[in-house]
Formats: sequence, C-alpha cells, structure tokens
Amino acid sequence: MNLLGVWAIYRFEMARFGRTFWTSLVVPVITTSLYFIVFGSAIGSRMTEIGGVPYGAFIVPGLILLSMFTESIGNASFGIYMPKWAGTIYEILSAPISPLETVIAYVGAAATKSVIVGLVIFATAHLFVDLPVAHPFAMFAFLILMAVTFCLFGFLIGIWAQSFEQLQVIPLLVVYPLTFLGGAFYSIKMLPPLWQTVTLFNPVVYLISGFRWTFFGKGDVTMAASIGALALFLGLCLAIVIWMFRTGYRLKS
Amino acid sequence: MRPGQSLCSIVMTQPAPDTPATPALAISGLAKTYASGVVALHAVDLTVARGEIFALLGPNGAGKTTLINAVCGIVTPSGGSAHALGHDTRTDYRSARRLIGLVPQELHTDAFETVLATVSFSRKLFGRSRDDAFIEKLLRDLTLWDKRDAKIMELSGGMKRRVMIAKALSHEPELLFLDEPTAGVDVDLRRDMWEMVRGLRERGVTIVLTTHYIEEAEEMADRVGVIAKGRLIIVEETRTLMKKLGRKTLTLNLAQPLGAIPEALANWNLALAGDGHELVYEFDTQAEATGVPSLLRAMSDLDIGFKDLNTKQSSLEDIFVDLVHESAAEKHP
Repeated sequence: MNLLGVWAIYRFEMARFGRTFWTSLVVPVITTSLYFIVFGSAIGSRMTEIGGVPYGAFIVPGLILLSMFTESIGNASFGIYMPKWAGTIYEILSAPISPLETVIAYVGAAATKSVIVGLVIFATAHLFVDLPVAHPFAMFAFLILMAVTFCLFGFLIGIWAQSFEQLQVIPLLVVYPLTFLGGAFYSIKMLPPLWQTVTLFNPVVYLISGFRWTFFGKGDVTMAASIGALALFLGLCLAIVIWMFRTGYRLKS
Repeated sequence: MRPGQSLCSIVMTQPAPDTPATPALAISGLAKTYASGVVALHAVDLTVARGEIFALLGPNGAGKTTLINAVCGIVTPSGGSAHALGHDTRTDYRSARRLIGLVPQELHTDAFETVLATVSFSRKLFGRSRDDAFIEKLLRDLTLWDKRDAKIMELSGGMKRRVMIAKALSHEPELLFLDEPTAGVDVDLRRDMWEMVRGLRERGVTIVLTTHYIEEAEEMADRVGVIAKGRLIIVEETRTLMKKLGRKTLTLNLAQPLGAIPEALANWNLALAGDGHELVYEFDTQAEATGVPSLLRAMSDLDIGFKDLNTKQSSLEDIFVDLVHESAAEKHP
C-alpha cells in the first residue's frame, strides 16, 4: 500500500481546489440563495405544505443534492481529465500506485470538497428557513456517501471524456433532467399515477427521498429502497472505474 | 600487500558481495500492437547491465518510446515481459516502478504548480518519505534552486526539461529512462545533461536513453541498440559498432577539375564532387588494403595533381542510415 502516494495526490487535488476556493464556495451559496428567493419566497408562499413540511424547508435536501451532484461531477471529472489532457498522467501511470489507490486519492479529494459545499448550502439554508434535522448522523452519513458516489460518477466521466465538450455534456444532459425530474423540488406523490411509476426508474428519486428522510423522517420511497439504490449506484460506479484502470480504457494504449 | 596494510582494508576494497548479477533491465519478447493494428514492437529482447548507459537509436516512429512506455506502465504490452532489477514490471509493478525514473519526451507539466511543489509531489507519489535536503541538492544540481518558487508555466522550455528530470530523479531511481532528453535543448543544457548522466553513472544508476542525435549515443553510451520499425536490428558496444561498420571518406581537392573519372581509376570506388574539383573515395577502414596508397600512385602516374586532402570517419549517423536501409531492403527485396 502506497499511502504516501495516495496522500500526495489527495493533497495535490486539495491544493488545486484551494486556488479556486472562494469562487467554488461563493457560487453554490449564491445559487442556493437564488433558488430560495424564487422557489421559497416567490412561489413557495403560494405553495401549501408538502406532507406537513413547509415548502421552503422541503426543497433544502433537493437543493443540497443538486449542488453536490454538479460540484462532484465537475471536480472529479476535471481532476482526472486535466492530467489526461495535459499529459501529466504519465507520472501517475508510471508510479508504484494501484488503480484502487489512485481512485481513493482523486475521488477522496473531490468528495471532501463536495461535502464542504453540501455543508455550506446546509448552513446557508438556515438563513432562509427553519430547518429541523430528524436524524443528524444519518444525514451526515448520507451526505458523505452521496458525495463519494457522485464523485465516482464524475471520475468515470473524466476518464471517458475525450474533449472538453464531452466533459460538459453529461452534467447538462443527464444530471439536471434526472435531478429536476427526480423530485428535488416536489414530492413524486404529486404526479399522476403513470408518471409516478416512470419516475421510479430514475435513480435520483431514491437518493433525494432518502436524504429527505434524514431531515423530516419521511420520504417518497422506503429508506431501505434508498439505501439499496445508493449502494447499487456506488458499487456500479466503483466497478466501472476499477475496470477502466485495469484495462487502461482511455488511460493507456 | 604492503607491510602494515591490514587484510581487512583489502577485503573492504573488494566489490560489495551483495551486488547481484541481476541485470538492471531484462526484456524478453516484449511486443506491442496498438488497437489501430499498428505493430509498434515485434517481440523485442534486450538486456541492460547495471551501471550501463544504453542508447536506443532510431528514427521517429521506430518504437523507441513504445518500448520505454511498455516497461514503465504507460503502454500495456501485447506480449512478453520486462524485469527491472529483477522485478517483473507487471506482476510486481510496485517494486519495479519504485526503482524506475522516467523523463518522457514531451514537456508534460502542471502549469500552476511551483517547481519545488511538483518535485516534492513526485517523490511522495513514488512512496518515498519527505527529504528536504535531498530535494534541495537535486534542484541545485539542476540549477533549479533559484526557481523553486516559480510556477512551471513561467519557465522556459529548457527549464521545464530540467524540472522533468528533477521529478524523475526525486525518488532516487536505480534505472533511469531518458526519452529524447536533448530534443530541442540548447547547447548549455545538453552539456549539463551529459554531465548529469555521467554523475548518475558514477553513482551506479543505469541509464537507458533514446535519441536520434547520433552524437549523443556516440558520446555517452556504452552500448547502442538500433531500432527500426519495431525491431532491434543490432545491439553492440558503441566502439565495436563504430569499428565494424566504420567507413572513411577521402576527399581530394584537385588542382585541375576533371570532366569524368579516368578509365585507369575505375577500380576504385570514386565519385566526383564540386563540379569536378573534388575526387571522393569511400573506403572501409577494416579492409586489408584500404586502397589509398595505390590510388595516390595511380593518380600520380596519370599526372592528376591535388591541392589538399582530408579524410572523414563516418559517424554513427551514417552507419545508422545504412542499417535502417539494409533492414528495409531485406524486407522488400
């Protein structure tokens, strides 16, 4: 086990975030505030409570998830795409470090940043709404697991992408639709029955529902289904990333 | 043994008994076919002894970089194996890679990192704990110490090259690969580089360098391997190779220009150059008779005078061009 090597990559990535520290924190705070102003105050005042939770508070888990999803994919994909693009990947590939260790280092760093972003949005939300947290430990655990999962997903996009355009396409084409349609700003129980069934194929539904459960003690689907979906998504991403390193897919020829 | 000299001191001067005879690099049947179907390496065998400087010579696209990358883990070989100081580079890659340093051909650097940060990073990435004194010495040796806090993007190409070398040496490798180390490098850096290579050799580091600057191989290498179209055509000690294939040319500056080579001189391999002002004779230094004295006598008999003459030993470059052409001719007779 090359712990020094893992630590070196982790520190390198954290230093990279450090250079853009303020922009990367200010942007989610402003975005979140805008959502609160639009959804919370302007529209929210005309919305009834959803399942006994005021609308302003109801959208917080979805907002945190949306920002973390975007940040994670952006950071993790860029983290591995840049060395590929600049050619500095040669050093990682020729180093005495295993594929799993490389993934731990890169994804660990990106996930750290995502967790920080999630917590900052959580804190910002308190400025706008009363936000009770029913299961604080579960909430924190869910936050971390989601960060890791999203970062793994971002990491594999970074390996897969062969241009900056491809790097942008997945967040725009996949993440936003899935998150918005996954009940980030509403309960899927508000949808007509047919759409409720269709929506159940969207993995983000389970993540938002589970995360919302940790806040309010209830969600659209059972907690077991949420944990199962998260574990499945995480396992799948990890398996694909390991396979990419083993075979050298788009990393080595 | 001088009186008073203890037996112990003699034993001490013997080579260390634990020096293994394991070669620094042992490649057997190493092959690479790219996904596009291009065969970059045809089952190459090569052994490089410890402490040796080995030059891999070949034109662009010959497979030099593929060979290095297949050993270092950047390219997955299609077949064969490579051992670095006894460690299989695939099954025991951790032990092997810890001992290998690589300076790639292209200047791949992190633009925003400082020199000191990027070199320290490389050392840790290869699993070595922090050693400020060593890194300082390394940067001083490569005249990078004054630039340690500069961002890499602010450096000139030559300085970036030095940074790449510092990164490759940061974990004190025993086997160093230099891929085209002096391509696009000024005279100063080239001289420094050669100096550095000699210094590393004194410390027992084995060096494999690729180049198409023949003078580099001639100047530096103990042995030369010529690679063309993915095959190692010849591996030979530099001096032997020069001797074996060395040709000389004798150029005679004639007093009076000649229109054509006279009949009487047809036995020699002659050519006219410089509008008939120069007579060029190419001969093999290893032949029993070079034919030079008899040529000069024959010319004297014909009353062809010359003002000046010079001979030139063919460089590795000429040898190399001959070899590559020969192997191409064998393939397409």
